[in-house]
Amino acid sequence: MTIDDTVLDRHGVTREEYQRILEMLGREPSLTELGIFSVMWSEHCSYKSSRVHLKTLPTTGTRVLQGPGENAGAVDIGDGLAAVFKIESHNHPSFIEPYQGAATGVGGIIRDIFTMGARPIALLNSLRFGPLEDPLVRRTFEGVVAGIAGYGNSIGIPTVGGEIGFDESYTGNPLVNVFCLGIARADEIIKGVASGTGNAVYYVGAKTGRDGIHGATMASAEFDEKTEEKRPAVQVGDPFMEKLLLEACLDVIKSDALIGIQDMGAAGLTCSTCEMGSRGGAGIEIDVSLVPQRETGMTPYEIMLSESQERMLLVVKQGRESEVERIFEKWDLHAVRIGQVTTGGRMKVRNRGDLVADIPTTALTDEAPVYRRPMEKPAYLAEAQKLSLAALGAPSSPSEVFARLLATPEIASKRWVYRQYDHMVRTNTLVFPGMGAGVVRVKGTGRALALSVDCNARFVYLDPRAGAQLAVAEASRNVACAGGLPIGATNCLNFANPQRPEIMWQFGQAVEGMGAACRALDLPITGGNVSLYNETDGRGILPTPVLGVVGLIEDATKVVRRVFQSDGDVVILLGENHNELGGSEYLKVMHGLIRGLPPALDLAREAALQRVLVEGAAKGLIRSAHDCAEGGLAVTLAECCFDTDLGAETDVAAVPAEGSFGDIATLFGESASRVVVSVAANRTAELIALASAAGVPATPIGRVGGDRIRMSIAGRRVIDEPLRDAERIWSTAIDRHFEPKRAIA
Amino acid sequence: MKFAVVVFPGSNCDHDAYYAAKHVLGQDAEFVWHKDSSLGGADVVILPGGFAHGDYLRTGAIARFSPVMRAVKAFAESGGPVLGICNGFQVLLEAGLLPGAMLRNRSVKFQCEHVHIRVEQTDTPFTAACRPGQVLRIPIAHGEGNYYAEPDVIERLEKNRQVVFRYVTAAGAVKPEANPNGSASNIAGLCNERRNVVGLMPHPERACELAVGSADGLVLFESVLKAVTQGAFLGAEASPKATVTAR
Repeated sequence: MTIDDTVLDRHGVTREEYQRILEMLGREPSLTELGIFSVMWSEHCSYKSSRVHLKTLPTTGTRVLQGPGENAGAVDIGDGLAAVFKIESHNHPSFIEPYQGAATGVGGIIRDIFTMGARPIALLNSLRFGPLEDPLVRRTFEGVVAGIAGYGNSIGIPTVGGEIGFDESYTGNPLVNVFCLGIARADEIIKGVASGTGNAVYYVGAKTGRDGIHGATMASAEFDEKTEEKRPAVQVGDPFMEKLLLEACLDVIKSDALIGIQDMGAAGLTCSTCEMGSRGGAGIEIDVSLVPQRETGMTPYEIMLSESQERMLLVVKQGRESEVERIFEKWDLHAVRIGQVTTGGRMKVRNRGDLVADIPTTALTDEAPVYRRPMEKPAYLAEAQKLSLAALGAPSSPSEVFARLLATPEIASKRWVYRQYDHMVRTNTLVFPGMGAGVVRVKGTGRALALSVDCNARFVYLDPRAGAQLAVAEASRNVACAGGLPIGATNCLNFANPQRPEIMWQFGQAVEGMGAACRALDLPITGGNVSLYNETDGRGILPTPVLGVVGLIEDATKVVRRVFQSDGDVVILLGENHNELGGSEYLKVMHGLIRGLPPALDLAREAALQRVLVEGAAKGLIRSAHDCAEGGLAVTLAECCFDTDLGAETDVAAVPAEGSFGDIATLFGESASRVVVSVAANRTAELIALASAAGVPATPIGRVGGDRIRMSIAGRRVIDEPLRDAERIWSTAIDRHFEPKRAIA
Repeated sequence: MKFAVVVFPGSNCDHDAYYAAKHVLGQDAEFVWHKDSSLGGADVVILPGGFAHGDYLRTGAIARFSPVMRAVKAFAESGGPVLGICNGFQVLLEAGLLPGAMLRNRSVKFQCEHVHIRVEQTDTPFTAACRPGQVLRIPIAHGEGNYYAEPDVIERLEKNRQVVFRYVTAAGAVKPEANPNGSASNIAGLCNERRNVVGLMPHPERACELAVGSADGLVLFESVLKAVTQGAFLGAEASPKATVTAR
């Protein structure tokens, strides 16, 4: 086949990129080689649009054992142990085929973790969907949740937390970001490198089929009406195979017989081969005819580009081959030698001995194109940032707003979702989903890790720089609420088409904001993932840079949860209420608006607040802590009461706002750096002293107790609801969307 | 006392059962690979939760052919205490060591949550330390835990007092709303006629420490410790060491 414009278009390779390929090779590529270039230079694998921006993020710190560039990042958690973690997106496949798309997303991130030699112990996810009123969205939602459950539950890794958001912009572009954390001995972390000429290259795991060919390319294009036709590019997951691989690979890694190991994720055999070679400064030569195949008549092109799941590539130390083969045999897996490490830095692919591809590994990795795409401030911003409360007319009563917000899926209990996830297997889960940051203990150490993934995309839409800072602050604050010292982060940057300058501007601003916030909070980003082209028919998603944060809890017996603990405890607000309704859930739910400026964030004050939370937890002062986020103070206070039998009575000062919006701003404003904590009455002074020493405002606002949720503003009662009634609204709001189905079952 | 925790390739609660026996209860515990034909001299055998062989076919359907199952059967036949938890219970059903079968949950969804179960019988090795009618708060985590058997089988189970655990309300009442998955007669766990083989869908090994949400499940482990050390409820031959090797 000659390579013409049609062929290049089908591969998503531009004319300029093709010129570059010609120069690098000094000849025309074969079709197999073009396929290899196309996947490695796809946005998904090369980060060609994002790389210049990502380089500005802080990635180092005293605890960082592994920064970006490997299969996952790692931080030191003491006792010679490392927390190995990463977040990754599987957005495009999950839209096309929700169950398998989400399931294989879970499978992919788990492989990234055990590939480092770490035993995965926790999963979280950050999901975005369109409104649940839309039946197609419900189908996607149900499929994604079932897919995550189907994979994670089978393999036996608990899903301990996460977040879910809803907005029209995600209807045709749901987001499925999956975070996985594992534990490894710090000195046993293994990398994805190939080195040592003559060392054997092994393939192990599922056989290669025609599934997922060009998945990485698909994930690097926007959707249109033809997307349905892309279904064959989604892979099918086999969690049992992955479980075998996980156990066998951890056994093999422990044997110290490996040079390196990498999973075959996006771009399959191609990516693992050239990346391992490139990292080790070596070449790799493989023969595709030796690759175990599920189908007959597969061409080298198909074998190299297949994204069949549950496959690994290993480089084995010379003389240890039979030992490695024996370990895999125990698990009924057959490790097959498909090639060897060579000198010369080239990736050579043969088919029954015939050379079908011969490319310098660095041409596919380090020397892949890098774009400094044009950026332009979007036109929508000036208008969207304007917010006039007075123009909204008289607001509804606080009680009515309160009930409406508790019923919105964004705020409502996610029990319908996490009940489907095995969140207890491995018996490490100290804080269950819905109870705050997910917390897992590290057996044998007395320590625990608090994990949170967060992003309020409305804030990012209204001001990408500030919004990304708020996402960092929220994720970090959530782990601090549990008592965890934030020690490392991973990001998943979900944006629309980067070839549109206004999207690239959002991206650039968000990365800048994320970097600034992470530096201020001393939070290194050790890896992550970028997902671009999240748009359908030219309509992009809200920019959604999700941050996953790992927090270290020194004493696992001092974990703090969301809910109030004891009748009579004092409720204290850390931080201050301001008139900040911009981008709020209130505006979205009550007025259908995403408008205004996001809440102001003072990073120094945020850092101080988090120090108070961590110290207050370690001293056993703080009995419960819950971050104020969507729905503001009123929703936060209610959530502190839900899942307990404890009501509360509070009274806060009035926040001045335009017209008659004072009560609304006070109760439902979403000012940053606020946490509602509860403290034993006799230790209140101690906590207030700790907070004031750190310069953090701490105001006692009420007491835990009773069977009602009562809130007053400056002595005037504005909300007074029976706890059970409010809780029923909140706990059944998502279930109600699926009720007809349950009636049939 | 020594526990054997059988490991099928897709077991995923094997470490949890081991941890409960070894680190919480403080007894010896050993993993036994499903391809092994000996139980290594254990006093108690646990078939843990998980997805034994992926269970794409029918839960536990392939596991009964694993070599270790011959040893487990022989151990059970000699009166040794065997506990099947979740997938382990499903394996016991498939292996014919307990009667009945599992259907998909009534919700047609996987469910992971704490439920309440009532101890119906205290003359089994795994309930010997329980109070009659004791209500335990223990998690379930399964997609196929909807116990089914023909009405005459259920009748026989009731008559023989083989229903060991039932789903109940927190107050201990057998009610439809306390039944999480649609199981016949709210059955959460059973024993065989000899009473030494017990299977249940809830996970007692996940409820052995307050730190992880409940310590109510520990009593099953304490029960078998009591039963083995006192030689109670172990059928005719007292305390048969699991030296039985299948051939």
